[in-house]
Amino acid sequence: MSEAPVREVMIQSEAEPLEPAAAPHPAADTILYMDGVTVSFDGFKALNNLSLYVKEGELRAIIGPNGAGKTTMMDVITGKTRPDSGEVFFDGGIDLTKLDEAAIANLGIGRKFQKPTVFESQSVFNNLELAQKGRRDVFTGLFARLSGEQRDHIGRVLERIALTDHVGRLAGNLSHGQKQWLEIGMLLMQDPELLLVDEPAAGMTDAETAKTAEMLQEIARDHSVVVVEHDMEFIKALNCHVTVLHEGSVLAEGSLESVQNNQHVIEVYLGR
Amino acid sequence: MILSNDRNHLLSPLGAKITLAVLLLVAVLVPLLNLSVPPGSAFHVPTYVVSLLGKYLCFAMLALSVDLIWGFCGILSLGHGAFFALGGYAMGMYLMRQIGDRGVYGNPILPDFMVFLNWKELPWYWYGFDAFPFALLMVLLVPGLLALVFGWFAFRSRVTGVYLSIITQAMTFALLLAFFRNDMGFGGNNGLTDFKDLLGFDLQDDGTRAALFVATAVMLVLAYLLCRWIIGSKVGRVLIAIRDAESRTRFLGYRVEYYKLFVFTVSAMLAGIAGALYVPQVGIINPSEFSPANSIEIVIWVAVGGRGYLHGAILGAILVNYAKTYLTGAAPDIWLFFLGGLFIAVTVLLPKGIVGSLDQLRGRLPGGFKPKAQAKVQEMPGE
Repeated sequence: MSEAPVREVMIQSEAEPLEPAAAPHPAADTILYMDGVTVSFDGFKALNNLSLYVKEGELRAIIGPNGAGKTTMMDVITGKTRPDSGEVFFDGGIDLTKLDEAAIANLGIGRKFQKPTVFESQSVFNNLELAQKGRRDVFTGLFARLSGEQRDHIGRVLERIALTDHVGRLAGNLSHGQKQWLEIGMLLMQDPELLLVDEPAAGMTDAETAKTAEMLQEIARDHSVVVVEHDMEFIKALNCHVTVLHEGSVLAEGSLESVQNNQHVIEVYLGR
Repeated sequence: MILSNDRNHLLSPLGAKITLAVLLLVAVLVPLLNLSVPPGSAFHVPTYVVSLLGKYLCFAMLALSVDLIWGFCGILSLGHGAFFALGGYAMGMYLMRQIGDRGVYGNPILPDFMVFLNWKELPWYWYGFDAFPFALLMVLLVPGLLALVFGWFAFRSRVTGVYLSIITQAMTFALLLAFFRNDMGFGGNNGLTDFKDLLGFDLQDDGTRAALFVATAVMLVLAYLLCRWIIGSKVGRVLIAIRDAESRTRFLGYRVEYYKLFVFTVSAMLAGIAGALYVPQVGIINPSEFSPANSIEIVIWVAVGGRGYLHGAILGAILVNYAKTYLTGAAPDIWLFFLGGLFIAVTVLLPKGIVGSLDQLRGRLPGGFKPKAQAKVQEMPGE
């Protein structure tokens, strides 16, 4: 089955491309572009004029204390929360603020939750099968049969997430770390252009953390990845550009070292 | 490396084989023992028992339709009796028009209750019900359309869990009140009754009764196979995914509301068929079928049998209704206490129902699968 035409159709029908302007829009050449995004819940500004962009193929880490707005940012990108104001563009010109979760997922944005969320009562294999890129409508689903190529794809992903030996087990019986990997595997099956990964190393052993960092770096070779994380060791292992969020806006940006030496960042992290 | 696309492990092939074998056996044996064995014999099945068993099978189909949405997609409908009743009314309207001029008032067009109310003309929505194929179409379309419209608004607005259950109760209660009204043109309080024949066959005839029983058993088998086919397909796996982690499914790009709408509509149509088969066998349809308590009872049947197995729902419906027949005859005062007690006992002692508990006993759930992992409704992080 060819998937590429589906995506193109979606872009044309469900999203408005930007007007061709004389000067290139700042969102051009970016996979993710957020400008002046504000979200408030009952007067509390979870995101306050947040501006941020991620280039295509980039691996980006986002850190920040609790309540900095990291998860809300993910919610805005994936369509769960609508921003009060501001622009969110994907892939240079697709306005995400007008689409719902399923449409955004089908555009090519995958999301991994903070708490591992896999389909516990189904096998590892079926979890990956459900995530596999392809048509998502009911009618196709009734008659769907896996092709050999799709099986191979699942096999390759299983190897990448080190769960080949657990393919027939129910996802609910996996260890915490394995569930995290399975969820990363599900993202790989979706083959999104942009992966949003929320605290992948939470609750993992050191060995698992190292392996997860390795996995993400490998994924970042052919995908754009945004990782939200608390664990500094993990960020160090990722070896990438870091953005620090604080009270809903960007506090600092740069390499991990430069960010760690930034006076504002030190105040925010130690000043409480 | 085994890369098998395993079917849903809950749909055990053994359970299906036993269910199909028993249903087909009953479909052959019961009419045979009723029609071919002389009434004096110990093996004779009296006609009233044939109809009673037919009624149980209708309830089994109704329970099956509830299990399809509740057991596999987590949609707890407490208004499924409404779809059953609507299917029943569609069949009842056909049967009323079949009476023709043999009614008490002898009006060839108008059913008795309309003559009694001094109506001069048949209301437009009664047109076409003299034709059996049209009535059959309505048996499917009326519950299906109601489910489609109701589901469209409910699922699109993301009404889930207990809120959905409450509005389904409200739906069936609203229909109950509406059908009570004489002005509605469905016989009001008394409903539709005094049926004479179906497709020209006398409804009081033993042969007709046996044929209705066979038709019910066959439809139940087909409905069961349809449900298994849906659940065994990728759609079934998506439905289970929605049940266990709805947002996750959404973020994978599935339009959860369309999947729910599909299965809800199929389920409502199955309930409608069950209702249509029920009415000629019991000989009456009235608004009490819409009562909210009826719909809750269906859920109890499914819970007793075992939610999420399909054949569990069939078993539960038959067992509970057998108990109801027995107890309302032997000790009528006890029945409601028994029903309440049963629900508590099943919730506390057999949370997975009869079939689920048997499954656990046999330990055939793979990988030491704990029932809790499945029963747990996942909360999505990221508020």
